[in-house]
Amino acid sequence: MNLNQALHSLAGGALIGISVTLMLLFNGRITGISGIISSSLTKPTRDGLWRWLFIVGLIAGGFLIQIIRPDFFTNNSERSTAAVIIAGLLVGYGTVLGSGCTSGHGICGVSRLSLRSGLATVTFMLFGFLTVQAIRYFAGGSI
Amino acid sequence: MNSQLNKQNGISFAAGFIFAIGLAISGMTQPQKIIGFLNPWDWDPSLLFVMIGAVGIHIIAYPLIRKRSTPLLETKWHVPTRKDITARLVLGSALFGIGWGLGGFCPGPGVTSLTFGDLRAVLFTTAMVLGMILFKKTERYLKLRE
Repeated sequence: MNLNQALHSLAGGALIGISVTLMLLFNGRITGISGIISSSLTKPTRDGLWRWLFIVGLIAGGFLIQIIRPDFFTNNSERSTAAVIIAGLLVGYGTVLGSGCTSGHGICGVSRLSLRSGLATVTFMLFGFLTVQAIRYFAGGSI
Repeated sequence: MNSQLNKQNGISFAAGFIFAIGLAISGMTQPQKIIGFLNPWDWDPSLLFVMIGAVGIHIIAYPLIRKRSTPLLETKWHVPTRKDITARLVLGSALFGIGWGLGGFCPGPGVTSLTFGDLRAVLFTTAMVLGMILFKKTERYLKLRE
C-alpha cells in the first residue's frame, strides 16, 4: 500500500463518516446497513420508505463510480462462486442474529462508545481473521 | 408532517449515495482488500484508514448532535440504548466474521457492487438476503433468549 491508497481510504472513510452523521443529525437514525436491508424485507410502509431509498442511493452511488472508475470494483479475491454464496448466507444470518455489521456496530456503535458494538466488532474481526488464516493454511489461500 | 417525511427520505437517498462513493473510493468494494486486512502476513491496512476516517468524524459529531433534544427532521431519536451482552450478539458477530473472511464482502459493499456485473457480488448479496429471511424463519427455534 502506498501513500496515495492510504489517502483514498482515509477520504472514503471520511465520506462514510459524513453519511452516517447526516442520517443521525436529520433523521435521528444510525446507519446500520444490515439492519436497513433486513428491516426493508417486510411489507413496505410509508414510514419505512427511507430504508428503500437508502438502498437505492447505495446502488446509484455504486453505479456512478463504476462508470468513472471501474477499477474501484475489481475483484481479485481467490474465492469461488460457491464460497461467496456460503459467505452471503453466513453474513445475512449472522448480522441479523448479532444486530449489526461493519457499519452499524463497527462505525456507528464504536463512535457512540457502545460496549455491545465494541465487542461485536472485535468478534467479527477475530473470526474474519481466523477464517482467512484457515483458508491460507488448509487451502493455500484460495477456496 | 408529510413534508418532513419526504425530506427524511431525501436525506436517506443522499446518505446512501455518499456512503457508496465512500466505500468505492476507499477500496472497500474490492474484496481482496478486506481479505488482505485480515491477513497480517501480507497486510493491507486500507480498512484501518477507512475506520479512522469514518469513526474519526462520527466520534466527534455524535456527542455534539446528541446535545440537541431532537433530530432536525424527526420528533425523536432512534438510537439503540441496549447495554446487555448476549449470546446472540457474540454468536451472530462470529458467523458474520466467518462469512466476511470467506467472501471478502460485508453488506454495504455487496449492495454497492450490485450493478457492476461481477457475478460474485450479485450472488453474495442475493445469498445474504436469503440468509436474513432464513433467520426470520428459524428465529423461533433458537433457544437463545433475546
